[in-house]
Amino acid sequence: MRNRPLAAPDESLADLRLERRLDLLRVLPTGEWNIGQVPRLDVMLRSLQPERAREAEIDASGVSELDTAGAWLLLRTKNELERTGVHVRGLQVPERYLPLVQTMEAEHIAGPIQGVPAPRGFLNFLERLGRGTSHALGQGYGMLGFLGRITVETTEVALAPRRELPLPAFVKQIEETGVTALPIVGLLAFLIGIVLAYQGADQLRRFGAEIFTVDLLGVGFLRELGGLVTAIIVAGRSGSAFTAFIGTMRVNEEIDAMETMGLNIAEVLVLPRVLGLMVALPLLTFFADVVGLIGGAVMCYFDLHITIPVFMRELQQAITLKTLLVGLIKAPVFAFLIALVGCFEGLRVERNAESVGRLTTRSVVESIFLIIAFDAGFSIFFSILGI
Amino acid sequence: MSDGVHSEDVIRVRGLVNAFGGNVIHDHLDLDVHRGEVLGVVGGSGAGKSVLLRSIVGLNHPVEGSIKVFGTEMVGMDPDELRGLQLRWGVLFQGGALFSSQTVAENIQIPLRRYTHMSQQLMDEIAAMKLALVGLPADTAQKYPAELSGGMVKRAGLARALALDPELLFLDEPTSGLDPISANQFDELVRSLQQSLGLTVFMVTHDIDSLRAVCDRIAVLVKKKIKVGTISQLLQDSDPWIHEYFSGARGRAALAGA
Repeated sequence: MRNRPLAAPDESLADLRLERRLDLLRVLPTGEWNIGQVPRLDVMLRSLQPERAREAEIDASGVSELDTAGAWLLLRTKNELERTGVHVRGLQVPERYLPLVQTMEAEHIAGPIQGVPAPRGFLNFLERLGRGTSHALGQGYGMLGFLGRITVETTEVALAPRRELPLPAFVKQIEETGVTALPIVGLLAFLIGIVLAYQGADQLRRFGAEIFTVDLLGVGFLRELGGLVTAIIVAGRSGSAFTAFIGTMRVNEEIDAMETMGLNIAEVLVLPRVLGLMVALPLLTFFADVVGLIGGAVMCYFDLHITIPVFMRELQQAITLKTLLVGLIKAPVFAFLIALVGCFEGLRVERNAESVGRLTTRSVVESIFLIIAFDAGFSIFFSILGI
Repeated sequence: MSDGVHSEDVIRVRGLVNAFGGNVIHDHLDLDVHRGEVLGVVGGSGAGKSVLLRSIVGLNHPVEGSIKVFGTEMVGMDPDELRGLQLRWGVLFQGGALFSSQTVAENIQIPLRRYTHMSQQLMDEIAAMKLALVGLPADTAQKYPAELSGGMVKRAGLARALALDPELLFLDEPTSGLDPISANQFDELVRSLQQSLGLTVFMVTHDIDSLRAVCDRIAVLVKKKIKVGTISQLLQDSDPWIHEYFSGARGRAALAGA
């Protein structure tokens, strides 16, 4: 029994003596054969050659300590010697360690044990490539199926007046994804407004067209930046929360419990989130638009000495209601994407902690990718329509 | 072999007080665990069995009292010292607490990798040896915890707890969630490992069969204190909870085989 913390391998603590007499090899371990010492002893025993020996004897009666790791080395050495054709006469250990060695021998522990083979090579690469491709296709297919399920559920809830939308959950989602996001969205929109005005003013000043900074701000923010920035923040904030929340419920078997109680997962978990976010995100976007313009106006006032009334008049000429609506119309679509991906990945979580983390990351990356891809799509679409 | 004055008691708890938000769980509780014994800890739900275990291994900081493990005071100990003690005990948590992102072999090798400098080959051998020791087939090594049954998770958790050949083993409800046959096998495993490895075992349990099969002494947490004795001693106890525990229908059935 060890009575102190692990000691580093040291020959004064545990050692091994070899005696060779004619065709007899005697292995004489001494000292503390415990897990702290085995790394050094392991190397010594692994390089042990029987040479001319026909018989061997392992006499460990001189050890002061023996634990399972030390006993393993002795038993392994015994087996190795026997494998090379040396007759091992016996393995002696102090009497108090007999039960340990006997238990280990009885469990066939000393039998041949293969290490864990590490997969590598071209075949493994091909296998991983195939697995990855099949996984990506499966992911797209699964997402499409999920989209279908949500659509059917939404229609059913909308058409069946008796199956009411879970209103409290819906309101709670608006609060969690919308109201609590106001400070961060506001702060970032304000800062981006400042940056945009500053950079715009810098460039436009060269043409003596500083006043158009207001146009840049108005159009840039309302059409593109406001919606995009808000959607990306919300994807990182709420999309990840959806995945982690639903994923943790999956780990705790709460999802299974819901299913056995006949509760509809799509209706109870997914719909309030999708619909809540579809309400919250356009409102947040509008808020970001306003705060971003305020940030820009502040910068214009200090940098370009454009007073607030002048800013307002210029803004009125630069933008129309259409500019605002083009920006806002994208928000529900982004919201739908974020919530859909967040819930979908959450439901795919397996019952382990790693899976929650991996899928949460994936959910954020996928939703930001989809947001930007759809935004580009919208731009092309609007330019074709001439809006 | 000697550890000075405390060589007889591996764990010595004196005047332990634990309270959560004014709710007192342990009220000046004393407990000794002797070297080489299996101590079963029982008590009603919420009686503070797990809190006691967590206090002893340093996961929970008691309000008051002294806990000595291997003669070293645990309360108020700094983290470096604690690490030295942690190498000398192994803990099997109720759910196994295997790291789900790693294979069973990697789980067992974590303490080996952290605290020793052995070759990967030797670590693989030791992992395989520990798995055989707890009665798991060799192919378990490459599996992930999610691929194992409940009983296998407990055994793999035990193999990990035994990785550094500890002297002291903490088991938190090792047989809960197992079918009676697996539970019996687990009891036998604990008993045989305890005898062959010379372990001291601190076992929190609800399983009267386990108590009978494995434990040398039993500590009952009742009324925020602890009462220790063998089953036959506790059967004589006048406390109504203890009486009910051992003489209720389940208790009688389990003890009938004794």
